[in-house]
Amino acid sequence: MTEPLLRVRDLKTYFVTEQGSGTARAVDGVSFEVQPGETLGIVGESGCGKTVTSLSILRLIPEPPGHIRPGSVIEFEGRNLLTLEPRELRAIRGNQIAMIFQEPMTSLNPVFTVGDQIAEAAIVHQGLSRRVARTRAIDMLRLVGIADPEERVDHYPHQMSGGMRQRVMIGMALVCHPKLLIADEPTTALDVTIQAQILELLDRLQAELGMAVMLITHDLGVVAGSADRVAVMYAGQVVEQAPTAALFARPLHPYTEGLLASVPRLDAPPAREHGRLHSIPGQVPAATAWPDGCRFHPRCPYAWERCRAEMPPLLDAGGEGEPGTHTVRCWLLTEPRRRTPHP
Amino acid sequence: MSVWTWLTLGGAAVLALAVVAELRRRLQTSAPGRRFFRHPTAALGLFVLAFFVTIALAAPVVAPYPPYYQIDIGHPNRPPSAQFLLGTDPFSRDVWSRLVYGARVSLGIGTLAMLVAATVGTAVGAVSGYFRRWVDATLMRLVDVGLAMPRIFVLLMAVALWEHIALWALVLLIGLTGWFGTSRLVRAEVLSLREREFVAAARALGAGAGRVIFRHVLPNAAAPIIVSGALGIGNMMLLEAGLSFLGLGVPSPAPSWGNMIADGWHKMAVAWWSSTFPGLAISLVVMALNAVGDALRDALDPRREAA
Amino acid sequence: MPALVDVQGLVKHFPGERALLGLGRPRAVVRAVDDVSFAIAPGETLGLVGESGCGKSTVGRAILRLIEPDAGRVTIDGQDVVALGARPLRALRRRMQIVFQDPYGSLNPRMTVRQMLAEPLAIHRIASGADAQRRIAALLEEVGLDPSFAQSYAHELSGGQRQRVGIARALSVEPHFLVLDEPVSALDVSIQAQVLNLLAELQRGRRLTYLFIAHDLAVVRHIADHVAVMYLGKIVERAPAPALYAGPRHPYTTSLLSAVPVPDPKAQRQRIVLAGDVPSPAHPPPGCPFHPRCPHPKKDARCRTEPPALREVAPGQLAACHFAEQPL
Ligand SMILES: Nc1ncnc2c1ncn2[C@@H]1O[C@H](COP(=O)(O)OP(=O)(O)OP(=O)(O)O)[C@@H](O)[C@H]1O
Ligand SMILES: Nc1ncnc2c1ncn2[C@@H]1O[C@H](COP(=O)(O)OP(=O)(O)OP(=O)(O)O)[C@@H](O)[C@H]1O
Ligand code: SF4
Ligand SMILES: [Mg+2]
Ligand SMILES: [Mg+2]
Repeated sequence: MTEPLLRVRDLKTYFVTEQGSGTARAVDGVSFEVQPGETLGIVGESGCGKTVTSLSILRLIPEPPGHIRPGSVIEFEGRNLLTLEPRELRAIRGNQIAMIFQEPMTSLNPVFTVGDQIAEAAIVHQGLSRRVARTRAIDMLRLVGIADPEERVDHYPHQMSGGMRQRVMIGMALVCHPKLLIADEPTTALDVTIQAQILELLDRLQAELGMAVMLITHDLGVVAGSADRVAVMYAGQVVEQAPTAALFARPLHPYTEGLLASVPRLDAPPAREHGRLHSIPGQVPAATAWPDGCRFHPRCPYAWERCRAEMPPLLDAGGEGEPGTHTVRCWLLTEPRRRTPHP
Repeated sequence: MSVWTWLTLGGAAVLALAVVAELRRRLQTSAPGRRFFRHPTAALGLFVLAFFVTIALAAPVVAPYPPYYQIDIGHPNRPPSAQFLLGTDPFSRDVWSRLVYGARVSLGIGTLAMLVAATVGTAVGAVSGYFRRWVDATLMRLVDVGLAMPRIFVLLMAVALWEHIALWALVLLIGLTGWFGTSRLVRAEVLSLREREFVAAARALGAGAGRVIFRHVLPNAAAPIIVSGALGIGNMMLLEAGLSFLGLGVPSPAPSWGNMIADGWHKMAVAWWSSTFPGLAISLVVMALNAVGDALRDALDPRREAA
Repeated sequence: MPALVDVQGLVKHFPGERALLGLGRPRAVVRAVDDVSFAIAPGETLGLVGESGCGKSTVGRAILRLIEPDAGRVTIDGQDVVALGARPLRALRRRMQIVFQDPYGSLNPRMTVRQMLAEPLAIHRIASGADAQRRIAALLEEVGLDPSFAQSYAHELSGGQRQRVGIARALSVEPHFLVLDEPVSALDVSIQAQVLNLLAELQRGRRLTYLFIAHDLAVVRHIADHVAVMYLGKIVERAPAPALYAGPRHPYTTSLLSAVPVPDPKAQRQRIVLAGDVPSPAHPPPGCPFHPRCPHPKKDARCRTEPPALREVAPGQLAACHFAEQPL
């Protein structure tokens, strides 16, 4: 195995909440690796810590109320980002690691033209002159598939549609040819047909530029189509991690299993011969009060005493590949015969 | 006599402190309450208000003399002393006693006038924002005129025509010329609230205009109304003081802080105290109201809820 | 069977506001809904799908007269909704209800769940006092909420719980017809299935008729008997659900279906990636509104000039495309 591009180990990012209702353990012991050139999909529901994880990697967590706990490790090409000087960090941010944010409407500055915003990063990191940077911005707009880039470069964000703004965001992120692109729900705010355009674009750019992508989404369909490997998050932890094909063929964590069974899908025989959808009972817990033991146990159909008492570690699930390719945070792996739901 | 004065003064201060402390304790359990007291001068402002309200309510106990009592016609303008806490005025009346009774008039007029203004402003704003179209156009033109009108001048004219104006009429006049800003604020709030889905839901359930406005829209617009009300009382008080200072507001010999300043004004050189103390009282109360209004804005602003 | 809901030629245009503080030139009229017709049989579900801004919510609100339609005829339960005066309209609201997309915005933040559920009972004088309390408890149970939630305020509930309260509120007046305006879009993936199951159960138990608005074709397929696809204020295809999903006739429907991500890495189909953005309904293209993005190989000058009519292409299946006989 090659040296990973990014290694996150035991990342813990906590927030001290104002209401005095305690500490939100937003990210609580997350570990994963991203290899050069691959796409790692991170899926999970609202509030499970996806955005906080990606912000932690770039050390963009607002402090206070948040802080990354000592003991966490985030290594990029072997260097621990958590101990870097701010100056060294800035040289990496936006240059080697770039990020696109969830909200295309609010993450562009309304008072600058899109060209200026794309050029900015090139000027800062690569010391390009304004004129060269402008040419580069036009190239980026063309690369992300915006028609008439020479004209569009002088437009303001409000003159563009949501899909075009998201393209501009991608252009901004890619202008320095980063080695890692963190895409935080790049299509959630967009329509299906526009989403298809953006995903296609990301696929193409990744192939052309050879960068690694961390694709964050809550849509299992999106990861199935784009990711090489998938990490499923629940309640601030990674609960299952596997190559995409293995995860969808053999989901082992009861949460992954439930999630896959509960989304209506176009390719399955119509459930409307009015079968019920499978549904995961209960609700997503709050980050200030994760359940004890296995965090999924209150909603899990298999849970037994051990689940309530002890938090399971990430266990190796075997399968193809070397040990550790498919890991699952579930006690069922130690007692597979319990995989029959309670009545 | 003087021991009693000090005792009551101290008593009012202690009571006011106790009120603030108790409020603080009770409100500490809610997020808006904590935000309120995080404002740097909220507690101080609240204390000042509580103090003046206490002495106003307990005026007969607190004041050593009746407000009209001319103690010694032969010796007016006595300086502050142990006997006359804030001295006596050119008519030989005890300034402290008049200040205490004046608090009733000034605070009372300010508050009542604001209630009038808030009620009218809310009603007009709500109707205008909810029904829109010609209702809105008509009412808002009226408000435009009202806002463009030189308020002091109109009040002066009205009051000048009206010899020895009754207090209730003064309250109405000040209130009825002061609702335009509130109505704009409420209208803007209602315009945005009426597009919210819970209002559509209420209409879908068959709720009529009255129910929608009173049960769904206005309760959600309460915060800005309250804040602007708190900030507005100070304005109303200043207006009353101004009119009274010009001799057109609260008629002598009834004490209001405005006419007390007027009474002492021409003797400023020999007896600074009889104008200065009521002036200080007004300034203190207005500043306190602004602080409290400001803190209320912090406390009730739902956008701060997330932080 | 006669339809419970019958909509003919529904039109809603929003006047353009003037730019620049009311001084500039008035903006173009937004043709949010342009000549929409459909019917729903009692106990059935019509799924209305389309991308953001195509006019789905406007259809839902206009047929309930939460906004006034500009033209068209809407009949619900045999009553002409558009012609109704204020008082009979309020009475008719007992039979038609709506559940909104945003479970956070559609509940009054200053009211408890009990107050929200008691209000419709009071408005229509259905029940009061102990009887009302009993009904409220029964409603909460029906939507799967513990009766103790009656004391709660909206902000104390999770998204799924709020949506259940919204459903209970709509059911409190015992309607026959429900407009469900994207009732699960704002919910977490693991909660969506709960609410969809609840809606299906309620429909069976109470024989409800649904207009189910959504942008997620997979969800619609799960719940709808018939499906109508909207594009720029117009219905471009309408068919029984199995027919539409098995053989879409309009190129837009085909593209839409192919763009839905499927949670199966082995089944990655060929996506049809449409060029360009959804045009603004203020400036719909001439001819076929879909022609600037249409991937149909036969697309020709007629598409740019002549608006295709919505016509029956196969039994029960209507499509508005000049080449509907030769689908993509
Ligand atoms: N600034 C903050 N202060 C306090 N808590 C926070 C803050 N930012 C995030 N959190 C908490 O951290 C948890 C994880 O949030 P995060 O934004 O990472 O979720 P997410 O997985 O990205 O969800 P979504 O799909 O909604 O974007 C949440 O429960 C949230 O309440
Ligand atoms: N009150 C209004 N005034 C002016 N334009 C409006 C108004 N309501 C809606 N529109 C416009 O009408 C069009 C259709 O809006 P509508 O809300 O019906 O879309 P939708 O299909 O429900 O979209 P979404 O999926 O985003 O909810 C949009 O272009 C919208 O901007
Ligand atoms: S550990 Fe137990 S509760 Fe947790 S997912 Fe596995 S079976 Fe369920
Ligand atoms: Mg996020
Ligand atoms: Mg809508």
